[in-house]
Amino acid sequence: MQQPRKAAALISGGLDSLLAARVIQQQGIHVEGINFYTGFCVEGHTHAIRKKDKARPKRNNALWVAEQLGIKLHIIDIIEEYKDIVANPKHGYGANLNPCLDCKVFMVRKAREWVERKGFDFIITGEVIGQRPMSQRKATMPVIAEESGADELLLRPLCAKNLPPTLPEREGWVDRERLYGFEGRSRKPQMALAAELGFEDYAQPAGGCCFLTDAQYSHKLADLWRARGDRRYELDDIMLLKVGRHLRPRPHFKLIVGREDGENKFLQGYRKQYTNLVTISHNGPLVLVDGDVNDDDLLLAARLTARFSQGRDSDRVDVQVNMRKGDSKTLQVAPMAGDAIPKDWYL
Amino acid sequence: MTQHQLDARRMLCPLPVIRTQQKVEALTTGDTLAVVCTDPGALHDIPAWCRVNGHEVLGIQEQDDEIIISIRVGEE
Ligand code: SF4
Repeated sequence: MQQPRKAAALISGGLDSLLAARVIQQQGIHVEGINFYTGFCVEGHTHAIRKKDKARPKRNNALWVAEQLGIKLHIIDIIEEYKDIVANPKHGYGANLNPCLDCKVFMVRKAREWVERKGFDFIITGEVIGQRPMSQRKATMPVIAEESGADELLLRPLCAKNLPPTLPEREGWVDRERLYGFEGRSRKPQMALAAELGFEDYAQPAGGCCFLTDAQYSHKLADLWRARGDRRYELDDIMLLKVGRHLRPRPHFKLIVGREDGENKFLQGYRKQYTNLVTISHNGPLVLVDGDVNDDDLLLAARLTARFSQGRDSDRVDVQVNMRKGDSKTLQVAPMAGDAIPKDWYL
Repeated sequence: MTQHQLDARRMLCPLPVIRTQQKVEALTTGDTLAVVCTDPGALHDIPAWCRVNGHEVLGIQEQDDEIIISIRVGEE
């Protein structure tokens, strides 16, 4: 018997990629999923950190989708290569620091390399023409196919009928008539198809698949780049942007203040890498210092730390300062008054 | 059949899953792997990853803030 044709499906964890994969599975194609981890994905992280998020289901949506489909899922770490995409997107950014078009091109290119290596026949995505203003437009569909080098091997089952036939269609591996012609921003066709295929409890990400579409997050990332004088980041930097309250009292340093137990605990993991402050006379947050600081800066940092502790109304708070280099000291400070903190210190 | 360990402490999901996947790729069917992690998200994600990819979860232990998930590598 002839081996079935094989397709790699880009699985974001959202409804569209779930539907696209199912539609192709129904045509007797062997499908396996690929999911990319950029470091900015909304998945997982924060709900493990903050207590208030504990009640939410801790599922990884891409894994959940794979389980619904009964397919294997390969999660690919693109953290390093992705840094250049975020810093220098050829096609620019969306509303925030989201380089969606470059991101899509890059992911499809990685998928193409993957299918070549694994002997798969084609690639599918859940893209829909007109669904997203930046990356999913009629004009961008061929850009993604060409720049990724996937060309005719890239099939979008949900809007294939509005695009020229791809190789899998022309070769008869899939029946074009049983694909779809969704177009526009409406989610209704997807929801109807989900109901028809028997999917109920799927994730509906609002803005996009990652933190880069979030205005506040992008603001913090832009601040980090400004402070460093170059568009660089490490994985730890972008993880920490998701945690705590961030204040920049001086151009050369910022503070990351834990907002509750879960965050303090998470920040503790960074105590050796960052100079940090903690109140000892009162309960209070753990505060990390990002940047090189002098004694005046530390005094200011201590007064701010005291401000966010339970000693905020006391005359004096003892703050222990642990230097990154290992030595520590205790400062007795008067907490900074809330209204003395300029609003633009908050990132 | 050999036993292996993976330190995924302090990593946030899905990193423990990614590291598990990378480690498992280098192992053979029947090998066991104990993944030590601290992100409670792994309690859900690693077993889900195992189900999806055909590996078996042998057991889960929680000690203080550490979680140890033992798995047996399935067939390719
Ligand atoms: S939202 Fe983020 S992950 Fe999704 S396409 Fe845009 S940049 Fe890429």
